[in-house]
Amino acid sequence: MEIKPPIPVVPAPVWKDFKDLQEWQQLHQRRPESGDKHSAAFETLTEGLHQFPGGFVLTTVTDNFLNWARKSSCWPVTFGLACCAIEMMATFASRFDVERLGMVPWASPRHADLMIISGTVTIKMAPMLLRIYDQMPDPKWAVSMGSCANSGGPFRHGYHVVKGVDRIIPVDVYVPGCPPPPESLLNGLLLLQDQIAHFRQTGKKAAPTEKHD
Amino acid sequence: MVTVADVRTRVSSFAGAQVGEGDSPIAITIAPTDWLPLAVALRRELGFGFFSFMSAVDWKEDGLEVVAWVDNTDARLSVLMKTRLGVGVTNCASLVSEYRGANWMERECFDMFGIRFEGHPDLRRILLSDDWVGHPLLKSYDVDTPYPPYR
Repeated sequence: MEIKPPIPVVPAPVWKDFKDLQEWQQLHQRRPESGDKHSAAFETLTEGLHQFPGGFVLTTVTDNFLNWARKSSCWPVTFGLACCAIEMMATFASRFDVERLGMVPWASPRHADLMIISGTVTIKMAPMLLRIYDQMPDPKWAVSMGSCANSGGPFRHGYHVVKGVDRIIPVDVYVPGCPPPPESLLNGLLLLQDQIAHFRQTGKKAAPTEKHD
Repeated sequence: MVTVADVRTRVSSFAGAQVGEGDSPIAITIAPTDWLPLAVALRRELGFGFFSFMSAVDWKEDGLEVVAWVDNTDARLSVLMKTRLGVGVTNCASLVSEYRGANWMERECFDMFGIRFEGHPDLRRILLSDDWVGHPLLKSYDVDTPYPPYR
């Protein structure tokens, strides 16, 4: 009998090359502090307009209008990972009906604004998740649904589970529960809408919510 | 129709084979050298044609144990095959030549326990990614082993 050698072990690429987790996180920061992708000219224009006497009225009104538009048609990409996806589907369905909030579950990341990470993110799934997230146009939001996506949950010490999806992509709203019932996810989506409504200047990054519980 | 007594009689011809008390399943502990011959005897002579599942147990300093379950669906009999590989041994005979269903099971066993099945046609990882280091179901595998860059 001929023994076929197992496939060669590829040495792990990057982790040990970084000094610590912070440095690694800086390099993998998906959304820079300065905000989402906008041209420098646009930034200069809005800043100048804002400084102009009376100009803040225009910018804030524009902000409010754009944020209203953003929050009123926040399309989630249909992306189910585990048992949380069942609850997510129930939220999308007629009884809880997120379409009345302007959220149309859309099967293409290129038309979507929101990703609901519904379930356990395994190490094997993480690159695909990141790829789908990168395909979504800016500005985009992410809701981490359930204990597994928040922190790894019951599988935190398993060998194959990412310890929280915020190690891969920035997360705006965390919905606790195992799995969260549709009411809970709906509450999280409403919180996200409030958060989008407080999107700080035109095109700037989403401020973390302070007033909401 | 094959009976439990037939199985016990046939297995007793293997040197060092131990047959458990119960008959559902018939637990057979056998030397690793007789692993494949036992499978041949069970399938061709006693009609155990269905390979149900296979796994392994890590007994730490006592070495690894490979476990496989085969069924005779006509006689409604089950056999639980066990073998102790010995301390530090990670080689075991493959059952793929006898049971096609053992193919992916042995790949999973290799993936999780690092057991090299000799004679397996395509022994690669099946569940974990190809660049994975280590075999996570071994007791010696650290619980929070980092996996770059996700863990």
